Amino acid sequence: MQSYGLLIDNRYCTGCRSCEVACRNERELSLGQWGIKVLELKPFKLADGKHWEHRYVPVPTAECDLCGERVASGEQPSCVMHCLASVIEYGTLEDLAGIMAEKGEMTSIFIP
Amino acid sequence: MDRSKYNGVTVDLRNDFSEEAYPKDRHVWQDDEYTVYRNCVWSAPGCHQGCGVLYYVKDGKLEKVEGDPNSTVQNGRLCMRCLALPETVYNETRVTTPLKRVGERGENKWERITWDEAYDIVEENVRRVWDELGPKSILCLFGTGRNATWQLPFLGLVGFKTPNTCGGFLAGDACYAPRLAAMNAFMGNSFIADLAQVHSGKYDDDRWQVPAYIVMWGCDPLKSNSDGFYGHWVVDAMKRGSKLMTIDPRVTWLGARSDILIRLRPGTDTALAMAMLHVIVEEEIYDREFVEKWTWGFEDMKNAVSEMTPARAAEICWIKEDQIVRAARTLAAEKPWAMQWGVAIDHCKHATALAMAIMSLMAITGQIDRPGSNILVDSGYVQADIRAAVSHNVPPEVTQDRLGNDWSPLRKYGHISQAFTDAALHAIETGEPYPIGMVFISSTNTFANMAAEAERVYRALKKVPFVAIADLWLTPTAVACADVFLPVATSPERDGIRGWWNPLRAIYKVIDVGEAKTDEEIALDLIKRLNPEDAKWDNAVELIDYVMEDLQSSRYEGNHASLIEDGEFYTDIDYFKYETGRLRADGQPGFNTASGRVELFCLNFDDFDLPAVTYWEEPTESPVRTPELAEEYPFVLTTGQRSYEFFHSEHRQVKTMREFHPWPVSEMNPEDAAELGLEDGDWIEIENTHGKGKFKLSVNPGMRRGVVNAEQGWWFPEREGAEPELYGVFESNANCLTVQFDVGPHSYGSPYKNMLCRVKKAVGYHPPASL
Repeated sequence: MQSYGLLIDNRYCTGCRSCEVACRNERELSLGQWGIKVLELKPFKLADGKHWEHRYVPVPTAECDLCGERVASGEQPSCVMHCLASVIEYGTLEDLAGIMAEKGEMTSIFIP
Repeated sequence: MDRSKYNGVTVDLRNDFSEEAYPKDRHVWQDDEYTVYRNCVWSAPGCHQGCGVLYYVKDGKLEKVEGDPNSTVQNGRLCMRCLALPETVYNETRVTTPLKRVGERGENKWERITWDEAYDIVEENVRRVWDELGPKSILCLFGTGRNATWQLPFLGLVGFKTPNTCGGFLAGDACYAPRLAAMNAFMGNSFIADLAQVHSGKYDDDRWQVPAYIVMWGCDPLKSNSDGFYGHWVVDAMKRGSKLMTIDPRVTWLGARSDILIRLRPGTDTALAMAMLHVIVEEEIYDREFVEKWTWGFEDMKNAVSEMTPARAAEICWIKEDQIVRAARTLAAEKPWAMQWGVAIDHCKHATALAMAIMSLMAITGQIDRPGSNILVDSGYVQADIRAAVSHNVPPEVTQDRLGNDWSPLRKYGHISQAFTDAALHAIETGEPYPIGMVFISSTNTFANMAAEAERVYRALKKVPFVAIADLWLTPTAVACADVFLPVATSPERDGIRGWWNPLRAIYKVIDVGEAKTDEEIALDLIKRLNPEDAKWDNAVELIDYVMEDLQSSRYEGNHASLIEDGEFYTDIDYFKYETGRLRADGQPGFNTASGRVELFCLNFDDFDLPAVTYWEEPTESPVRTPELAEEYPFVLTTGQRSYEFFHSEHRQVKTMREFHPWPVSEMNPEDAAELGLEDGDWIEIENTHGKGKFKLSVNPGMRRGVVNAEQGWWFPEREGAEPELYGVFESNANCLTVQFDVGPHSYGSPYKNMLCRVKKAVGYHPPASL
């Protein structure tokens, strides 16, 4: 099992899709291919009749290799560095699980 | 990522980048086969922002662009447009040699010429207009917020000897200029929402406070990044505890996360702001000390809002009364709060009244120049400094009789020294007060983009005897009107400086592409031909070094070369400057206004017999003011919602952007769509008495009922350029539905975001394939 992963804070993803383009640059993918893709939940009113749900959720794909080369040379994965809302973190699963517990909501960890 | 506790909240710091991979003490280094340049990116292509970037260059070619982790502006973050910058720089449709028109205008037939030949043509026409009509008959047009907005007035004033420079027929100068004019009269200064952006230490600056609330009034800053404000700073502040209030007819991402979300009828913002003032005044929950000590005209303002009760405003704005009361009480109680206002403020006829009302809210709650509120920054806008520095030799007869001076005293004596766009269009159409014999366009694709009443502007420009266009592309504007085309350099091909508030940074050339030149080079080359005694600089860097000697708003001591080494320079901007005498030339405490106070009643406006305090008036066309028109055109149309993919009319030829965003979008509430038998993804036609356009419908439950929006800036570089197709520029053009000459009494503002329209399915419409 991989010992590293990506933690994604789904509270703050603004749908800017920088991760998608940054990843494509890094992985040299073609149009229509993605190493990470942002899915959209269009706005709808919650059952309380007052608040709104409207969310973006980045989903790494089978093309994600956690930017092995970048990380080896001391850099961060490209999606982590370029994310406009700083919602992606790279780390060991142990560290990420701790962060996830602290964040406490709307967080996921991806292991490629 | 490093993490630390911030007011009890854990926040990602974004500061654990490897110094080995990203050296802090160098601006250029080698990374395997790439030479990496730490640089600042600004137009061309857009936007208003100037992000810190790393250019990866191999064999003289820009291979990739990444964010600069050591930039304090955005700390390594970078949006898709710059991540895909090489697709713009090396785009197959980019023009990188000067061209001369050989067919008729609109035939899209060109001949490649040298720069000298191109300059010969421009010079010959300038001298012809000088002789036949006089220099003021030359009009210069620029695009918004570009690294060309000092270069073009320089060329106009010093080279062409004309004071007539303005935006590309943006009706009512409806982008920031209305707010600038109002801010100057109201408080003698400009404010920006204080998200610590002016401090080198950012969120760790000891003086700064986290705003309790950030108000998004008529803007979607995450996408627009307007006026030097990096939208995702709002997200940084949210993580540090800021709550949000959003005033917008649509639920944006920030709106969905707002404690207070007011989805009002477009064009009624002033009624809302006045009702909030009403509540704060009536409930006596204003900042009594600030009002008594630092404001002028409180009673006038109180009288002006006395009849705008929350009940009345609720009816006008199509919202609930209790929302208004809650919003007003929140701004009175939850401090500090910061106002991030958007172009919607300018996109109504009575823009100045709206700006006065919003600033009155800031003033009576004491939210001016306090940490975490709205910091005064009549500084750091380097383009204004440079315009002043390079035009100090310009004799007064050059600046007299600027277009618009006879429309309003604010134009003649006011704060903003540019021609009035509506007056410029009027001059072309009527020859009054004098005819226009030549137009020089710098990076504005007028009737594809900002020009209201697009087809009218197209017809007007066709009438102008000579048109020169400097741009990256043969845009619809260039194909239809240009007689000569000058290819402009993109950001990595330019030497320049960037300052918009803080920090000051150098832009420096890392690649060459074709024969493209920078706006500085084009201005300097032409001025050397037309007015050589005022063009003493050998090259653009010398010119930049000259203006850097005396930047009014930056304390930097050095030149272009040293700024490249230094990376960033912050000029200290403190708080409470009205107490310390740092706002006035006489060094006295107070604001830089006639009364020395924040003028809820603007003496300067009153001197010119202009409305001096806020007021409410319905838009010219509205469900309330013109009910019979509204029966036929039942929706309120708001235009110009932004997206991550495009800056205005740019980036339409970039495949990655079009992959995300292939078509022009219009949004509508599902209930409205169901009533009209429309489904998500349908092609619709939006129509009003002024024109029509086709858009792809996105059904969005976040849209307020009765409102539809339409993106602006659309043309299709993949289609035929020659007329009549003209890249489909009038097919999905939101500005075929807007108007010119519907401007407020202060001569600022235009109803881009509050027209009427009706919507139907575009039956049988199948556009050619997207790029």
